[in-house]
Amino acid sequence: MHSSYVIRRLLQIIPLFLAVMVLIFVLVHLIPGDPVSAQLGDRATPDIVARANRELGLDKPLPVQFALFVNQTLHGNLGESINLKVPVMRLVAERLPVTLFLTTYAAVLGVLMAVPLAVLAAVRRNTWVDGLIRGAFQFGLSLPVFYVALQLLSLLGARLGWFPIGGYGEGFGGHLYALFLPALALGLNLAAILLRTLRSSVIEVLSAEYVEFARAKGLRTRVIMTRHVLRNAMIGTVTLLGLNIGALIGGAVITETVFAIPGVGRLMVDAIFGRDYPVVQGLTLVFAMLVSLVFLATDLLHARLDPRAEVA
Amino acid sequence: MMVMGTTQTTMTSPSSPLLSVRDLNVRIPTPGGELHAVRGVSFDVAPGEVLGLVGESGSGKSVTLRALLGLHRAPIKMSGEVHYGGANLLSMPDRALRSVRGGQISMIFQEPMTALNPVLSVGEQITENLREHRNLKGKAAQDRAAELLDLTGIPSPRARLADYPHQFSGGMRQRAMIAIALASEPKLLLADEPTTALDVTIQDQILRLLLKLVGELHMSVILVTHDLGVVAQTCDRVAVMYGGRLMETAGVGELFARPKHAYTHGLLGSLPGSGSHSSNHRRPLTPIPGGPPDLRALPQGCTFAPRCTYATGECRFSEPPLVEVAPGHASACLHHDRLSVLEVSV
Repeated sequence: MHSSYVIRRLLQIIPLFLAVMVLIFVLVHLIPGDPVSAQLGDRATPDIVARANRELGLDKPLPVQFALFVNQTLHGNLGESINLKVPVMRLVAERLPVTLFLTTYAAVLGVLMAVPLAVLAAVRRNTWVDGLIRGAFQFGLSLPVFYVALQLLSLLGARLGWFPIGGYGEGFGGHLYALFLPALALGLNLAAILLRTLRSSVIEVLSAEYVEFARAKGLRTRVIMTRHVLRNAMIGTVTLLGLNIGALIGGAVITETVFAIPGVGRLMVDAIFGRDYPVVQGLTLVFAMLVSLVFLATDLLHARLDPRAEVA
Repeated sequence: MMVMGTTQTTMTSPSSPLLSVRDLNVRIPTPGGELHAVRGVSFDVAPGEVLGLVGESGSGKSVTLRALLGLHRAPIKMSGEVHYGGANLLSMPDRALRSVRGGQISMIFQEPMTALNPVLSVGEQITENLREHRNLKGKAAQDRAAELLDLTGIPSPRARLADYPHQFSGGMRQRAMIAIALASEPKLLLADEPTTALDVTIQDQILRLLLKLVGELHMSVILVTHDLGVVAQTCDRVAVMYGGRLMETAGVGELFARPKHAYTHGLLGSLPGSGSHSSNHRRPLTPIPGGPPDLRALPQGCTFAPRCTYATGECRFSEPPLVEVAPGHASACLHHDRLSVLEVSV
């Protein structure tokens, strides 16, 4: 992979990021209600409201506010939470690892489920094995993640007591254990999405001439499946995986609420209900940044898997 | 009449054959019924011999070639015997078969663009062969891979090992595929229309390269092609296929000079070069009327009879067997001695 490609791809993030900042700024000011009245209540005197507005910089013209917002953000300052009275950056630093851990965990579980099952379904295509795998995941896909999550919680968490029903746990092993059910719920959904695409790409690749050539070379089935078949079949699936990891990050808002996980998703929900504008703004930026980084990683991985991608 | 070189013309060569195929059958189930693509094909390949397997598309020549290595997968059914090195490849355990595939018998395909894996570098595709069959790894494998690319005439081979197939031109890709196939110095090369996808000028280069390497490495070759010109240039012996059966086998000179099957006769008559040996005037080509038979609904008797100008009632009654009609020359035509004399120069 050429470094020029990586640099070009990195530079493309800058305008994207600017656009996201404009959007966030405009959206926050379009939302009905304002932070001052949310904090001070209906009965605050105009004087107090004016002073609060001044302290928060809300009395300045919008372009000035925007310029201040951009300047602060570029210096890594996402402002201060109105309700919690701490820098948004510190909240993010505390909560983001939890969300990243859960997202990675779910993605890994999803891929670990999807890849072998998709290969099995493709190799045994149109048999009962294929039917069972596809049927089960089609069914799983039709159930909303939060429903699956709640069922897992009530069965494996509450009734059997195998897993905790909330929280984050202590240490790496503790996180793995505590987050298993939410990661499984998300991973199952991801696996169901990946499985369909991956199965059909594996079937397509299996009939490719280069697989026949690999067989004529006397290579072991395992080598043919991993080096020749999976690597080609993954090319299309990697993009889909990236898109869905992006969605997982956004979906953390729901999952973290259901499972009471102290990640940025929960923080976002609390901030929205508390009209904590700086937190909402900051988190939206963080989400946007994360998603574009995931997409960047996806493109780089894609280019790594498919040497033809850079030419296009 | 022109008689071409007196190459090997005996059916059973003096030394024991390298590969011996007996009663090979391939059946392909399709929604419209079972397709009996290869029907009772038998032939031998002598050490160092270049055998041409000729026929129209759909005659079963490529299916035959792939069956020799047992490459067809279920639900396709293969039966018969493919003897190599004292064992029948079609009843061999997978593990043993794998060491023959690519190790003893290699194959090259028609379309290098699709037969080379797009996501693996040319070097990786050569070295995986060396690792499997020659137990070469690391630096030694890299060196050998560069040597092989050099052998197939690819300039600055060491630098090109890291290139991917899409960075090669069509002719270079075919050279790379030959390098991959020859990596383990096989005894027999199966070549499935190796020049069909190439420009005419490149075709010639690749054929010359193949012949040179065959000589240097003392390989035998089965060359599948529909191009009689290629056969005349490269082969020692020819087997003509039609409707999944062998119609005629003979030394290449003998076949072009004295075809003993109405189908071969028709094929040679449809060549642009035929009949123009000593005069400059052109004559219209004589194509064989009709199209190849539907392998799902074969006519009774000789499969070529519906298109044959020599066919009689007897031809339509039962399928004529392939029998020796002259020394080293076998034909499955009842009217092999009635065919008109052809003037062929290819």
